[in-house]
Amino acid sequence: MSVLVYTENWDGKFKKLSFELVSYATGVAEMLNTSVTALSIGKVEEQELKKLGNYGAEKIINVNNDLLNTLDSQACSSVISDISQKENATVIIISNNNTGKAVAPRVSVRLKAGIGSGVSRLPLSLNPFTVYKKTYSGNAYAHVVIKTDVKIITLSQNSFDLIGTENTATIENLNYSIDGSLVKTVVKEVQKQTGKIVLTDADIVVSGGRGMKSPDNWPSLIELANLLGAATACSRPVSDEGWRPHDEHTGQTGKIIAPNLYIAIGISGSTQHLAGVSSSKYIVAINTDKDAPIFEAAQYGIIGDAMKVLPKLVSALKEIKK
Amino acid sequence: MKILVCISNVPDTTTKIKFAGGNASVDITGIQWVINPWDELSLTRALELKDDAANGVKSVTVIHVGPAASEPVIRKALAIGADDAIRVNAEPADAWFVAAQIAGVAKKENFDVIMCGIESSDYNGSAVGGMIAEFLAIPSVSAVSGIKFVNGQPVMTREIDGGKEEVSVPLPFVAIVQKGIAKEPRIAAMRGIMMARSKPVKLVEPVAIEPLTQIVSYEKPAPRAACKYIDADNPAQLIDLLQNEAKVI
Repeated sequence: MSVLVYTENWDGKFKKLSFELVSYATGVAEMLNTSVTALSIGKVEEQELKKLGNYGAEKIINVNNDLLNTLDSQACSSVISDISQKENATVIIISNNNTGKAVAPRVSVRLKAGIGSGVSRLPLSLNPFTVYKKTYSGNAYAHVVIKTDVKIITLSQNSFDLIGTENTATIENLNYSIDGSLVKTVVKEVQKQTGKIVLTDADIVVSGGRGMKSPDNWPSLIELANLLGAATACSRPVSDEGWRPHDEHTGQTGKIIAPNLYIAIGISGSTQHLAGVSSSKYIVAINTDKDAPIFEAAQYGIIGDAMKVLPKLVSALKEIKK
Repeated sequence: MKILVCISNVPDTTTKIKFAGGNASVDITGIQWVINPWDELSLTRALELKDDAANGVKSVTVIHVGPAASEPVIRKALAIGADDAIRVNAEPADAWFVAAQIAGVAKKENFDVIMCGIESSDYNGSAVGGMIAEFLAIPSVSAVSGIKFVNGQPVMTREIDGGKEEVSVPLPFVAIVQKGIAKEPRIAAMRGIMMARSKPVKLVEPVAIEPLTQIVSYEKPAPRAACKYIDADNPAQLIDLLQNEAKVI
């Protein structure tokens, strides 16, 4: 018996998300009185692999095969399934990010293992195996019983604290041969954001809505974000108007984020918008309308015109940074 | 080319969720049901692909797993422009159950493209599309925000952490789509609504499948503390609170 955690890498590097997954897997393994095996697929240096041990992984399996360099959900899920069986895993932990959403359901069918998706806490009970998951875009949470012997949990990003432990990890470089006919995805072109903080990874997010009045007013919002080391985001009307790119849209149908701090500027806070940001640890709202629903979700609020408050906020922050 | 669009019916996204039966289920009294927002965009894009004759799309079929009470959602999809519909007559017990039903139907009908929304706004499961693909042992591409056909082959934009990729897979395949796939959902016109009445809805009885998961209860999110207001002329106080009280900057 073991807990298997799939740790994705980005150009050979792990990020906070990976360590969060391993920390969570370690918590589940403690409940089950077993150990954590981390699975890494792709080219990752030993130094980097070792980092997974700092969060409780006892064994790290490294599968390096050129056929797996680009994400093919069929091939990737077949590797995860094979290794899970080989390791006799009873719980498989995968992120609820785009990659996790692509592979976890396929692993589920391969192993006939029930999925609890978008989980944000350790299992509520082991018998029956019950997980706590987001439903109705954060307006309700469900207790879900997974009835199969093997269980899959996909973990919501930024929902579990990192827990460092003593590193006793062993690394196994597995000579794994994969059925090449499974790899059918051809990647023709890759466009990567450069120099920008990835929105779903950001600890702080500064977001603008219609209250920003015009795309010309964004420089001050970006300045605030830069001072805070934050990513920038926007509400749906703003991206629909073309004021900001679509990949900044946070909300139910856009990106769903859970930063430590979300600063909503000129955003009224519709149900759909809140569905994308309500898991943020702290929300700050700046809005002219004192009755705007965003203030119900926020811990800190400023009632005022974004155009007047923003410059003051920026200069106050600069003052403190001196 | 034949496209199958999977649709789920969900409470209108502004619904205040209440529970029934000692928090064991969601109280559905008075709920307005709509097509799941991602599925609506997915259907819109499928119809756009059919509109361009160069793509050679012969038909767009919608499939839904649900009881007779969910028929209005199917009629709506037909009114928007789907050619025909299939309803698997069963309560959608869990993702595994739903995917197995749809895969069972798809196996017999030879669809070239199966489109699914990346999640439903009620269960937020993000599992049905990938499961259908694995049941059928065909490729799936997830987080697709754009799809077109070039010489009969799909070219898709896939969202990845911190960027996007242009990818292709051979037919048949499952496209799991998200925002961006279509600009705005297509709205049913009066003519479409009239025509929808005479479009065929094939009723399929479910195959016997045991769900793998079960929701046993619901709870509300923990209430947030009341908002602390800061004077608009004194934003330095906000910075102080974020630094020393919340400790987030």
